[in-house]
Amino acid sequence: MTTVMTPTGGAPAAPDPDAVVTRPKAASRVRKGLNNPFASVLAIVIGVLWTIPTMGLLVQSFRGKEGQDTKGWWTFSDLTFGNYDRVLSGNGSILKNVINSVVIVIPAALIPIAIASMAAYALVWIDFKGRDWLYVGIFALQVVPLQVAVVPLLRFVVQGMHIGNVTIIPPTGLAGTVGAIWLAHSCFALPLAIFLMHNFMSEIPRDLLEAARIDGASHGQIFRMIMLPLLRPALAAFGIFQFLWVWNDLFVGLVMSGGDPNISPITVSINNLQNSTSGAGGELLPAAAFVSIIIPLIVFISLQRFFVRGLLAGSVKG
Amino acid sequence: MAEVQYVGAYCQYPGNPTPSINDLNLEIKDGEFMVLVGPSGSGKSTALRMLAGLEPVSDGEILINGTDVSQMAPKDRDIAMVFQSYALYPHMSVGENMGFALKLAGVSKAERQAKVAEAARLLNLEDYLERKPKALSGGQRQRVAMGRAIVRSPAVFLMDEPLSNLDAKLRVETRSNIASLQARLGTTTLYVTHDQVEAMTMGHRVAVLKEGGWLQQADTPRNLYDRPANAFVAGFIGSPAMNLRTVPLVEGGARLGNIVLPLSPEVMAAAQRENLSEVILGVRPESFMASKEANLTKDNAATGLKIEVVLVEELGAYAFVYGRLPDDAPDAKHYVARFDGRVPPRIGDTVTVDVHTGEEHAFHPETEERLG
Repeated sequence: MTTVMTPTGGAPAAPDPDAVVTRPKAASRVRKGLNNPFASVLAIVIGVLWTIPTMGLLVQSFRGKEGQDTKGWWTFSDLTFGNYDRVLSGNGSILKNVINSVVIVIPAALIPIAIASMAAYALVWIDFKGRDWLYVGIFALQVVPLQVAVVPLLRFVVQGMHIGNVTIIPPTGLAGTVGAIWLAHSCFALPLAIFLMHNFMSEIPRDLLEAARIDGASHGQIFRMIMLPLLRPALAAFGIFQFLWVWNDLFVGLVMSGGDPNISPITVSINNLQNSTSGAGGELLPAAAFVSIIIPLIVFISLQRFFVRGLLAGSVKG
Repeated sequence: MAEVQYVGAYCQYPGNPTPSINDLNLEIKDGEFMVLVGPSGSGKSTALRMLAGLEPVSDGEILINGTDVSQMAPKDRDIAMVFQSYALYPHMSVGENMGFALKLAGVSKAERQAKVAEAARLLNLEDYLERKPKALSGGQRQRVAMGRAIVRSPAVFLMDEPLSNLDAKLRVETRSNIASLQARLGTTTLYVTHDQVEAMTMGHRVAVLKEGGWLQQADTPRNLYDRPANAFVAGFIGSPAMNLRTVPLVEGGARLGNIVLPLSPEVMAAAQRENLSEVILGVRPESFMASKEANLTKDNAATGLKIEVVLVEELGAYAFVYGRLPDDAPDAKHYVARFDGRVPPRIGDTVTVDVHTGEEHAFHPETEERLG
């Protein structure tokens, strides 16, 4: 918090107790402000406003094509389960792709978490030459847009890497498998994941690491027995974000799967429900969207308790 | 049971022009409680961390029981350390914290529990073994940190200002607890503190370090107080600090203010040998007594030193009088004398004090080494 300066030439400000605000004061002021009944009412109003479009989508998902095309959702006319029936059963069922999405999303979240936490440990706690430059380099990779990198990555997966006629890396054999999708999502997630883990890990007091070293722990043991338990909130937070991002991703899934319905995620199959030229099947989209929401909703609600802070409380002087 | 020796040990960080520890030679005997003390920047923690293996030994050796450990990993040195911040693992219970090192060493669960229970009994932590560190008070956390060291029964205990996060009252209590615990266990201990009271009360011997990582003197608390090896140690040990002042030598002693303070024959002889015309004269505030109540014979007191009182600090039992000697420059460092707390002089008074002879110290004005 900085001191508030009164502009020169203006009338001198009345002595304001808030002019010099220290950090804890500001925090408690925010907390107090949020407990205010008006703030609560405002929060509820905002919540309701933000829910209305989703509400509309939910109602639409239960209405037939005729009703959707002619009357607004608030009329609640033409209600039917037909959309869900068509989306979930028969030849065009998207349930298969829900499974695909789960198969894609779990490794695509776990692989970057595993690699990033180990990389962050090395970048924070192991002193080696060029450590800072390496970290800056990884961080800088975030500026590479996914859309630029995904096609070269696909070429790499399919063809390997060659310079002239010399093969540097042979074709991976991942082409046309979910492995290609895992690889793509992991690669694109790593810079941010390493950055987040690095920041969180450097908040852990150095004394803890030194105490563990004196207690006889190797780097592997320190990582597993000290760092991972303390990193849990960060792992969970990043895990949830990565999960949601991969689940909602259409672009990477479409490119890396090549549109193959056997491995493509739910987003691709929802996209395919509507014919891109005639627009037929558009009435199914609200129902399909609701099907795709269910799993992320379960994940978010079950993992949100990991968003606890203060896990470090009590380790060093209190 | 172990002996520790620093043999010409240096610690120099890459990119730092001067070493943080210079040519440290220090021997800690088996079972000894050695305290490292010094002002901030004296490298006392660095010296401890070199023994722990957390800082590099860039030159020289550190021996534990005759084995050079200076290039070994911390876990191979058979040491345990208590950190200033305690560094308890926040996600483990008290029992798990204390047993962690044993678990890593592959000690069986039953034996581990027995040792943890034993240490917990010693430290009055039996009721807290299941708690997490965040549910403990500062004093309890400190004891857990001690327990974590004790459980391993290491060759050497290292303690890095373990009391500095406790409040004053608890600190005094814990101070004596640690000292008696160490006496009972008989484990060689190296203890770092910036607090000279801790150093004097706890240490069998005390090593005084100066800014820049130079060892000044390692001796018993009594000898540090009575025979400081140089002016730095003389000024560092004792509170308020010893009055140190460069004074001319005259017939029969040194001229201090309006009196001539007799110096011992050895000091005079040493000064003569060095061909000195002046010395740094050190007199502790507690070597003074108010003239009117002096019942000492004239033989062991120099009488009649006049001090113009500038400031009086009353501490209850004592009062410390800060003042100017006759002919002092106005900006000269105040001279400090201890008075009985019940009859302190007032500011502006000129008081007359006597000096216990034989309690003064004389140092070489250039090398600052002790004379005689």
